[in-house]
Amino acid sequence: MKHQEALLTLTLRLGDNPLVLGHRLGEWCSKAPILEEDLALTNMALDMIGRAEVLLRYAALIEGKNHTEDDLAYKRGERKFYNHLIVEQPNGNFAFTIARQLYVSLYEFLYYSELMNSKDETLSAIAHKAIKEIKYHLKHASDWTIRLGDGTDERHHKMQEAINELWMFTGELFESDEVDEQMSELGIAPYPADLIGKWKTELIDILSEAKLSLPEESYMQTGSRNGIHTEYLGYILADMQYLQRAYPNAKW
Amino acid sequence: MENIDHQKVFDAKIEQDANIEAKDWMPEDYRKHLIRQISQQAHSEVIGMQPEGNWITRAPSLRAKKILLAKIQDEGGHGLYLYSAAETLGIGRDELIKQLHDGNAKYSNIFNYPSLTWADIGAIGWLVDGAAIVNQVSLQRTSYGPYSRAMVRICKEESFHQRQGYEIMANMMAGTADQQEMAQDAMNRWWWPALMMFGPHDTDSPHTGNAFKWKIKRQSNDHLRQKFIDKTVQQAEVIGLKIPDNQLKWNEEKKCYDHGEINWNEFYEVINGNGPCNRQRLNNHIKAHEEGEWVRKAASAYAIKQKSTVSQ
Ligand SMILES: [Fe+2]
Ligand SMILES: [Fe+2]
Repeated sequence: MKHQEALLTLTLRLGDNPLVLGHRLGEWCSKAPILEEDLALTNMALDMIGRAEVLLRYAALIEGKNHTEDDLAYKRGERKFYNHLIVEQPNGNFAFTIARQLYVSLYEFLYYSELMNSKDETLSAIAHKAIKEIKYHLKHASDWTIRLGDGTDERHHKMQEAINELWMFTGELFESDEVDEQMSELGIAPYPADLIGKWKTELIDILSEAKLSLPEESYMQTGSRNGIHTEYLGYILADMQYLQRAYPNAKW
Repeated sequence: MENIDHQKVFDAKIEQDANIEAKDWMPEDYRKHLIRQISQQAHSEVIGMQPEGNWITRAPSLRAKKILLAKIQDEGGHGLYLYSAAETLGIGRDELIKQLHDGNAKYSNIFNYPSLTWADIGAIGWLVDGAAIVNQVSLQRTSYGPYSRAMVRICKEESFHQRQGYEIMANMMAGTADQQEMAQDAMNRWWWPALMMFGPHDTDSPHTGNAFKWKIKRQSNDHLRQKFIDKTVQQAEVIGLKIPDNQLKWNEEKKCYDHGEINWNEFYEVINGNGPCNRQRLNNHIKAHEEGEWVRKAASAYAIKQKSTVSQ
């Protein structure tokens, strides 16, 4: 695979994840359990959209077709999106959103910690800024996991259920293909499969403090590296891309 | 005897334009009036997140999405400042929210109108925040200290809100025919409700007497409304939007715009629950609050548990 093609794929993957998760988090507006959490979740959405913006801008530059970050966000079809399946899953109840965030933020924390050392200066700079936000997201998610898990009855049950239900989407975070191989060999990005050990160890720490158990090994969902998604993504894009699609000549 | 002295001290402070602070004695009616007004404003900030939140997932560019997210967060933050200001008067947020859900506390009527197109996000920022600012600037000099300070903080953030709304409208008016039509349509729908935000005419305003005497309110509804109209008409003209009022005319003698009559029937109907979105807005708030109860309980149970482990 050509270097440019691999770098483009990598950057699109990195950009699509916060774009789609930011979309989901934005859906919490006016729906959170308490005003402070409404602000926390939409603030994370803002972080995510900001990160997606710079990554997709970089992707457009690599692509070299005079596209903008908005073209990539608003005019690509669902089979050309490369975000992990976990980020497109619906918000569910608050515990579900927290579990999703815990899995993702812990992964991102490990991934971006290494991406800061990327030989690609742009990615390294983006990672330096993102890591501060990711640390906060991880703290927020693990604090809530502990609060909800280390309670009695209903709360504990809901948190464990969310942890279990999303488990089948976590395998995909560590999938590594030709692109990842090429990029890690060049010192541009970490090799996702290498992160699974640390991820599990730290996850077990958080879950045990929350008195929750790690789900049993089970069959893992896959697909996003080839642009194959759950049915949810189509609706996300229908929403997100509506104005750009309905008025293709308009500038906003 | 003692009460009379307290009253004198209070009156003197008001007379000298000094702030009343939370620990100061104040007449019960003054306290009640403030709680009603501040909580109404807090609820407005929070309920106002709904019509704007309606467009977060559909914002037409990443930049627009970021601005909208940031703007809505500001509004939620304003809600928090104002709930805190109300708390200094001895009433908790839970109680205030209960009053909202019972229908005993109101929020601004304007948020009972729907945000139908992206241009509505422009119109809300420009006209609704624009009208709110006129009112809030005036309230920076309100007599109750915590309220006045909350207003000062809020005003600092508000001018960005109006600018981003105006920018959306300006971009659309410089855009395609579809966009221009959308912008004018939003203008037509939001103009009159925005004028209603200032409340009834001074001659029909039931709470104004005491509010003026106590210097809670510093300028009259009609005075503030006029200020808003005068600054907004020109802004509309610059970008080519028409004000949907054919009686609107510059009055050279008074140096301000004369305007057509507001539909007060609509105003009172919306206040009484018959606006297009009253039920939707309130039900959404109630639903989120009820669904979130287990989470709030979990947070407080955990906090108590933490405290007891620390003290052991
Ligand atoms: Fe506000
Ligand atoms: Fe505002």
